[in-house]
Order: sequence, then C-alpha cells, then structure tokens
Amino acid sequence: MTVPDTAPEVAGLAPELAGAKEGQGSKPLASASERFTAYDVEAFEVPGGREENWRFTPLRRLRGLHDGAAFDGTAQIAVSSGEGVTVETVGRDDARIGEGGVPADRVAAAAWSTFREATVVTLDGTPAPVTITVTGPGHGATAAAHLQLRTTPHAEATVVVEQRGSGALADNLEVVLADGSRLNLVVTEEWADDAVHAGAQHLSIGRDAVLRATSASLGGDLVRITQTVKYRGPGGDAELAGLGFADAGQHLEQRLLVDHAVPDCTSNVIYKNALQGVAGTPDARTVWIGDVLIRAAAENTRTFELNRNLVLTAHARADSVPNLEIETGEIAGAGHASATGRFDDEQLFYLQSRGIPEDVARRLVVRGFFGEILARITVPELRARLEDAIEAELAVTGS
Amino acid sequence: MSTLEITGLHVSVAADGGAKEILKGVDLTVRSGETHAIMGPNGSGKSTLAYAIAGHPKYEITAGNVTLDGQDILAMTVDERARAGLFLAMQYPVEVPGVSMANFLRSAATAVRGEAPKLRTWVKEVKGAMSDLDIDPDFAERSVNEGFSGGEKKRHEVLQLSLLKPKFAVLDETDSGLDVDALRVVSEGVNRFRADGDVGVLLITHYTRILQHIRPDVVHVFAGGKVVSTGGAELADELERNGYARFTTGAPAEAGV
Ligand SMILES: Nc1ncnc2c1ncn2[C@@H]1O[C@H](COP(=O)(O)OP(=O)(O)OP(=O)(O)O)[C@@H](O)[C@H]1O
Ligand SMILES: [Mg+2]
Repeated sequence: MTVPDTAPEVAGLAPELAGAKEGQGSKPLASASERFTAYDVEAFEVPGGREENWRFTPLRRLRGLHDGAAFDGTAQIAVSSGEGVTVETVGRDDARIGEGGVPADRVAAAAWSTFREATVVTLDGTPAPVTITVTGPGHGATAAAHLQLRTTPHAEATVVVEQRGSGALADNLEVVLADGSRLNLVVTEEWADDAVHAGAQHLSIGRDAVLRATSASLGGDLVRITQTVKYRGPGGDAELAGLGFADAGQHLEQRLLVDHAVPDCTSNVIYKNALQGVAGTPDARTVWIGDVLIRAAAENTRTFELNRNLVLTAHARADSVPNLEIETGEIAGAGHASATGRFDDEQLFYLQSRGIPEDVARRLVVRGFFGEILARITVPELRARLEDAIEAELAVTGS
Repeated sequence: MSTLEITGLHVSVAADGGAKEILKGVDLTVRSGETHAIMGPNGSGKSTLAYAIAGHPKYEITAGNVTLDGQDILAMTVDERARAGLFLAMQYPVEVPGVSMANFLRSAATAVRGEAPKLRTWVKEVKGAMSDLDIDPDFAERSVNEGFSGGEKKRHEVLQLSLLKPKFAVLDETDSGLDVDALRVVSEGVNRFRADGDVGVLLITHYTRILQHIRPDVVHVFAGGKVVSTGGAELADELERNGYARFTTGAPAEAGV
C-alpha cells in the first residue's frame, strides 16, 4: 500500500506463520499487535466459532457471510451531493483502495474479495453535512460492499452513514483522514429485523487529523462491527463513541482495536449498550471488545476507553472485554473502565415512589444513560430521530 | 385536613422457607398537623411498615387496610400513592446511575404536581431548597444518590420532601448517619415542611436526639411487628433510659444501629 507503515504488518504472510490459526485457539492472541490481516478471503480459515475473535458471534445466524454466502445481491449506496463533495465509483484496482487498512477477519476479507465496485467520497474544504444511505440487498439476499471516505488536508466535514433495509451485508468502510483534517462521522445501524451486518471499519488518521466518530446500533438481527484505528503521523486524535440498544433475540457486537504506533496521539473510546430481553425468546445480547495497543514508539500517547452496559430486564446478556497493552513507559495517560449494571426493581421503586410513572422512569434511566453519546451527534434531526427510535424500542416491552 | 389510617395490617416477605410474616396487625392513625414517632428495636418491622405503605413490591399485604382520606392506598401503584400525597424518605436511598439529580427532581415534581413546573421559578425553587439544606449546587448534576455519603443521601431525601410537599411523610431513620450539624439542618428541613402545610409526619427513629429537634405529638413503641405501646413525648425519654426490654417479652434489648 502507499501508506507508510509505521508498524510491522503481517499481511501477506501465509496464515500458518502469522497467527491467523494461532489466534483461532481458545486463548487470545498474546498481543493485539500480532493480529493477522490479509485482503484475500482464502488467507483466513473458515471460523468454527471457538476462535478468539469469533467466540461471541452466533455463526449460524451470519447467513454464510463467513463461509459460502452467494453474495448474489447488491447493497445500494446513495450519497447526497454538495459543494466540496466528490463521489466516484471505482474498481478494486484504484490505487486509493486499501489506504485505510486491511481486513483482519474472514468476513471482511470475503467482502473485500467480492465487491464489484467501491464508492469513494472525497471531502474537500468545509462541505455541508453529507448523508450516505446504505440499503441492504433485501430479504434472503447477501451482498458485499465497499465505501471509502477521504478528506483533503485541512478539510472539515460531517458525514452521516445511515444503514437500513433487509438481507445480509458484509462490507468494509475505509476512512482516510488527510493531515490536519477533521471528520465528524456518524454511522447508524437502523436495519430491519431480519438484517445481518458484518462491517469492518478501517480508520486511518493523518498527522494532526481529528476523527469524531459516533455509532448507533439499533436494528438488525445480528450486527457485528469491527473498528481499527491507525495513526499515520503524530498529533492524531480519534474519539469513538457508540450506543447500542439490543432487544429480544438481537446480537450487537462491537470490536475495536486502537493501534497507537506513533507518538503524541490521542484516543478516547466510549460505548454504551442497553439490553432489553423478553422471556421465551433468545437473549438480547451485546458484545464489546476494546483493544488498545500502545506500541513502543508511541510515546506521549493519551488514551481512555470506557464501556457501560445497562441491563434493563432479565433474558439479556452483555459481555465486555477491555484490553490495554502498553509497550512503552512514556505515555501521557492510559486507562480503561467497563461496567455492566442492571436497571433493577429498587431503582424503579425509588423513582416511582416520587410519583414518576413506570414508563417515564424507564425512559429517564435510558435517556440519562445514553445522553452523553447522543449529545455528540451534532445533526439535530438525526439526534431527534435516534432518540425517538430508542423510545420506540423501550415501548416494545416497556410494560 | 387529611387522615392516614392503617388498620390490622399484616405483611409478609418471601423468604427461603416460604412467606415470612413481619407485620402482625398494625393499627395507626395519623392526622395532618400531627407528628408521630415510631421507635423500636432492630428488626421489629419499622422499615417494613414504611415500605408497605409506599408499595414496595417485595412486601405482600396479607390482611388489613391503609387509607388516605378514605381512599384505598393499597390498590394503587407506587407512583399513584406518591401522587396521592404520600412520601417515604428511605433508610437506604437507592442510587440511580445516569439520571441527574436535576432531571430526577424535575420529573418527580412534574409527576406530583400534574404539570411541568415553569423553568425559571423551578430553578430558583431548587436552588433555594438546596441551600436551605446546605447542599452544594454541584449535586444537581450528579447521578441520583450515586456515590453520595450516607449523610448526603439523607439530606437529599429531605430535599425531595421539601420540593414534593406531600400530605404525609414517612421518614425512615432519616436521622441515622448524620453528624450533629447535619442533624440540625435536616431537622430544620422537616420542621419547615411541617410548618408550611397541613401535613402529617411518621418519624421512624432509634434515637431521642432527633426528637429534641422535631417534637412528636405521639410516640409509638414498635416491637414484634406491631405497635405495643403508645404515649406522649415522655415515652421516648423512658425508652432512652431503659431500652426496649419492657416491650420485648424477655428478649434482651438491642442497642440502636
Ligand atoms: N426479604 C426478606 N427475607 C427475610 N426476612 C426479611 C426480608 N426482608 C426483611 N426481613 C426481616 O424482616 C424483619 C423486619 O425488618 P425491617 O427492616 O422492617 O426492620 P426495622 O425495624 O426497620 O429494623 P432496623 O431498626 O434495623 O432498621 C427483619 O427481621 C428482617 O430480617
Ligand atoms: Mg429499618
């Protein structure tokens, strides 16, 4: 790739040499830095479900995205145009494709090996907020897609990627921030109930570039998003925030790796999930894996990651695995926190004992819980829509 | 003029070996303008009485009635009881992470008053009530009770009392865990509440020291799940001197918490 690699990548090595198979044991890789990456789907073994990076995912519900999906459908990608926004449809031979990163699991590699054309959106100057709509291939169909967002130096932009519809989608989203640019990115998972989305986001931060990313996972049967952040120069600043609302039977999985390999960069991660299950249906599930790696060269790194899960009912399960690996003593600050709490009867009783009706009490707690994430969404209509969507989720079983 | 009337109240909790009866026939009538103190040894069922009146789901009413001005309280949901004019200051207030005190107070006031208070006057009202109780304004932005010290929680219970202005307040050991200054501040808060309206107070306590600040009209001794003796303020003094031994049929008197 054209991007100067500041860290040793193991891409291209035969899998047996590079940890793809070692990492598929029941124990985690010794270090996230050894993570195997490749563009070619066949470089990855078909996961069986016991591998570290697949052990939480219900493979049976993946619609074969990891093994043998026909990829017979197409996901529509529509981009709102405007000044400073260039939209191109390119082939995989375009030199820019891959600048953001390399797939690190078989589904992402399958998407990469399969997509026919990629959408590249270039943001220059200070364009008005851009909305990109991704629509699933439709019930029963599977699709692969590829989207790249890139900024020019010192551009300042807001992009909202709204994802909806039915069917199964495997895709890669590359975000390539040029030096000194700033991107406010919101990605929503507003899928229909049947939808499956396995998405890999490759977030590449240029020198002094700023990424403010917020994700909202609400819909879908199974949504699994992996985010990898890499810095190409000092002064990069990435903030990844997210919220998820898992209801009965839903599986929402968020895995991220922030790879600090250059000095003077900042990362801040905050993810919150609420879970609401129903008796007699599969559990509402969330999985959050947060790997932050500070390599030896990454002096003066500042990083913090936080995951909180609010279990609203029985029949719900949240897994949370924060992991901070530090290979240098010269850091400015590093920490992580993870907590899973129940919204319990005592809290409900306390609020009701002050006159607050039960449904209002639940809303109060959930709204308060998500408040700091929603506050980051600076597009007012979008924030209002997500707030409404969350209230609607609550109303489903909110007795 | 209102009346809170408890008659023949029996309450059980689910325990390992089946239901366990804790209240065994409580009779108690409180009228507005009156303050009743309830004193009794640990485990005698005082909090159970308080929770049963408020409607905590853990407590099952097996017999008896509770009425507020003739209305059947037991048929109401927890929030309906609060809106009907009952308030329970809890012995162990619950932490509600993520919900700010400010948001909570406003939601509660909106529910109890039937309409959202006007923002401008509301902010002043809350600030005034907080300063009356020596509560730092920063608490408004903190999550409800989360990480509050025992004394801070109790002050906030009285803050809610002063803002929600119920007809009847049950104060469950609001005095325990308070230092001397806090006890005075909290007592003054309760006394303002009493002075402001035609209200009744049911004050559960182990200690007579709060009764120096909040003078009760009636003192009840609670033991074995019911009221075993009723008298005036002098009964509290006797309890302070002699403990509960006289009321607990031979069982050794327990000191307060
Ligand atoms: N869930 C429960 N299971 C079994 N016993 C319970 C349960 N809840 C309460 N009890 C018992 O009921 C009795 C009364 O408890 P309660 O809290 O009402 O006492 P109290 O008079 O308020 O005591 P204290 O002075 O210590 O506050 C106690 O013996 C207690 O252990
Ligand atoms: Mg008690």
